[in-house]
Amino acid sequence: MTDKTNITLTINGHDHAIAVEPRRTLVDAIREDCGQTGTHIGCEHGICGACTVIVDGEPVRSCLMFAVQAAHKQIRTVEGLASGDTLHPMQQAFMDHHGLQCGFCTPGFLMLAVGVLERNPDISDDDLLDVLSSNLCRCTGYQGIIKAVRAAAIEMRK
Amino acid sequence: MTAHTKGTGLKWVGRAMRRVEDPALVQGQGKFTADLPAAHWVRFVRSPNAAGRIIGINKPDGALVITAADLTGVKKITPMLHKFAYRAVAQPILAENVVRYVGEAVAAVVAASEEEAEDIADLVELDIEQTAPVIDSRDALADGAPQIHAIAPGNVILEGKHKTPGFDEVWASAAKIITLDARSNRQNATPMEARAGHAVFDAVSGRVTLTCTTQMPHLMRTAIADVLGMRESDLRVIAPDVGGGFGQKMSLCAEYVVLVWLARKLKSSVAWTEDRRENLIASFHSRDQYIKLEAAFDKDAKLLALHADVISNVGAYSCFPTTSGVEPLMAMAEMPGPYDVQQYQCRARGVLTNTCTMAAYRGVSRPIITFTLERLMDKAANAFGIDAIDIRRRNLIDTFPYTSAMGLVYDEATYQQTLEMAVKAIDVPAFRARQTAARAQGRYLGLGIATFSERTGYGSPAFAARGMEITPGWETVILTVDPSGFVEARIGSSPHGQGLRTTLAQIIADEIGVTPDIIKIIHGDTDTSPYGWGTFASRSLVISGGATLIAAQKVRAKLIKIASHLLEASPDDIVLADGAATVAGTDRSITIGKMAREAYTQTHKFKGEIEPGMTESGTYDPPGTFSNACHVAIVEVDIETGQTKIEKFLVAEDAGKIINPMIADGQVIGGIAQGIGNALLEEIIYDEHGVPTTATLADYMPPTAREMPPIELHHIETMSTQSITKAKGLGEGGCIGAPAAIVNAINDALSPFGAALDEIPATPQRVRAALRTALSSPLWEGEKSNP
Ligand code: FES
Ligand code: FES
Repeated sequence: MTDKTNITLTINGHDHAIAVEPRRTLVDAIREDCGQTGTHIGCEHGICGACTVIVDGEPVRSCLMFAVQAAHKQIRTVEGLASGDTLHPMQQAFMDHHGLQCGFCTPGFLMLAVGVLERNPDISDDDLLDVLSSNLCRCTGYQGIIKAVRAAAIEMRK
Repeated sequence: MTAHTKGTGLKWVGRAMRRVEDPALVQGQGKFTADLPAAHWVRFVRSPNAAGRIIGINKPDGALVITAADLTGVKKITPMLHKFAYRAVAQPILAENVVRYVGEAVAAVVAASEEEAEDIADLVELDIEQTAPVIDSRDALADGAPQIHAIAPGNVILEGKHKTPGFDEVWASAAKIITLDARSNRQNATPMEARAGHAVFDAVSGRVTLTCTTQMPHLMRTAIADVLGMRESDLRVIAPDVGGGFGQKMSLCAEYVVLVWLARKLKSSVAWTEDRRENLIASFHSRDQYIKLEAAFDKDAKLLALHADVISNVGAYSCFPTTSGVEPLMAMAEMPGPYDVQQYQCRARGVLTNTCTMAAYRGVSRPIITFTLERLMDKAANAFGIDAIDIRRRNLIDTFPYTSAMGLVYDEATYQQTLEMAVKAIDVPAFRARQTAARAQGRYLGLGIATFSERTGYGSPAFAARGMEITPGWETVILTVDPSGFVEARIGSSPHGQGLRTTLAQIIADEIGVTPDIIKIIHGDTDTSPYGWGTFASRSLVISGGATLIAAQKVRAKLIKIASHLLEASPDDIVLADGAATVAGTDRSITIGKMAREAYTQTHKFKGEIEPGMTESGTYDPPGTFSNACHVAIVEVDIETGQTKIEKFLVAEDAGKIINPMIADGQVIGGIAQGIGNALLEEIIYDEHGVPTTATLADYMPPTAREMPPIELHHIETMSTQSITKAKGLGEGGCIGAPAAIVNAINDALSPFGAALDEIPATPQRVRAALRTALSSPLWEGEKSNP
């Protein structure tokens, strides 16, 4: 299992030329080979969503995708959300509505919510709740997260 | 910073200030242990058997695999309690001769990458001769049960006993005795970040730096240095950003000892990141208890006496530092809860089994004892034919200070007030009307109440009373205004999501008249923060906050003294606000930055009357106090499927002064979510061979956003006299009351069937089982055709 393949991962617009084993998950490649540690790992079973990133416009659990599958695709992670010093409305809303405590689940929630709202800006509150229940947070009890995402949805529609 | 208080006279304390922690965390700039690179990675080979003798460990050729035999001179983890017939059970760092639970670390594989270490670990063959395990605590107490440790005959690691004088006479005088057999199944605290450690050796200093997911960096240093027999000064422990702990990250992990040992041996960096399966089966568990509770009432439903028998399954070893007394002794000490009852008898046993070691988890026993006592109160109300609210009104303590049957002094509380506030806000008569109408349509709604007290912010005497060898309690804060006028507080607490950097800055800002944005709170590093006990037991804001206030008061006094020198005015005329000292009624003023600069660089001006520099320390070791709350849940139970939906959750809470309402509400709501998991969803299950079957988050299910009901919070702020900041702490309350309120509500919903459920989590299977039991009982005759 040690034969490595050369691939290029494009993360937040930057190319990373890396050599990975075929079995390497996208999240491990992002964190370890590309040094972008903002994306977290909570289970590696595809359940918690801490590892959520956006691949070609779609939120993806990066622990369930192999790095080689993401070659030549556009990958967005939490590090690319803000533009310069200006936070993304979703980041700002999480701060304003106390959508985080320890912050470990936060990158995954941010990418999930941004990915879904970009694809479906007019998603209903109830559908949004279904989407948010695909990720786990152990600290907040979700109320702040739900409020933040609803507030950011309004902001993003502007 | 959301707003400025400059010139407004407004205080920072009491405001929902945005958290200073957040900007880094929302940008993916948090620094978590698993983010660190390392030269070597460790994978632990864990026992697949619950009990057995290790016959051999076959290592693949050329692989670096460490076993107990390699760890010569390394001591065992042996937490100590000097009371309650405690047996000093010792835990080897890696299993020695025998294995005692599935998941126990037997060997450590070291390789250049995580993947390689995992591959090699798969090749390590453990030759284990299985012996019969014992999984359930009641089985472990039975005659002839397998013995987990020779030092603890009968598998009892400790036994607490209490009986008030005169108990038997009062018991004999009772009009009614109500009995409840409660069962709380096993949980895992499940922080979203599992455990991780990273140890690196520094060749120049000969020191090792251990970065790990701990709530108590200083105590980890002390404990690891003890176990390894090394100088404490040769070890630095860092708790970087930590992704939640909830008690699970309080205890000493054998894995960290291995990492430090390896870093010293290899003179290099060594890391380990736990996977979720390891976390679920081999970190720490909690809440596995049986409680038999009996209560004696007089003819007016006034509680006369309580009699409790607590059996706490503590797993295979004792956790450091609290010992496995943490759950049974907490249950014994606080069982009477918020009720006026002066007669109390209790036996609380910690029982060893072939399961993962038990340790503290948010709420520690109180979710269980509250569930038990509140179920019993509802049962008693039924037996007396009175309302659940009424029986509480008759029995809640309303005169303070109150000394409990265990000798705890409740300085003050608002049990009655929060109860009245909650039942008024929920509108019980309206609910009852809706409940009746729903029943007519075959829908079953229920309302449940839980009142409780939450002991918070207790200092060292409270731990000494438990006979603990290690008595945490006090905290120290070192506060400095640097020569540039910026403020830095170094604290011994170790927050990991509680927002303490924000709330402590609010406290300092008000005391010395600056804005929080120039204040930095430094924590979680034994090299840069003073010795302290970390963050647990709803203590940090009370104790570290108190120490912060004391340090800030000293800095304030010093600033006033300097200002009076430099402005040539009486100290009484100096006003400290908006970053400057001003002589009242004049425009003579000097900035704090300038004063700080002079305190370092112009000390001759103070003629030896003021000590140079601007650093003060504060230490606080309070007696402890009690927060309290009333929780109300409204549920709907689908009697076909046994599924419970929480329609609404309401809290009336008194945690003293609220420093930051946004953060306080966040703590309560987060606690409620964990309480919902405890009440309905989360259960660690072992099969009969002692193999955990809940090893992923698809089997062990913390609540998601979907399971959360609308939550309504009400606050009373009773200013505590036992806490100098007047804040009482509320980290645990949310999870303490929720299981009781929810399960009482389920029982209320099931009441038309005469069904009773006294076990958590109240899964659909258990609800259905309770219904089936009721249906097959003779009481049900006559209504059988209904559901
Ligand atoms: S780490 Fe990918 S879903 Fe949990
Ligand atoms: S903020 Fe801690 S897990 Fe979500």
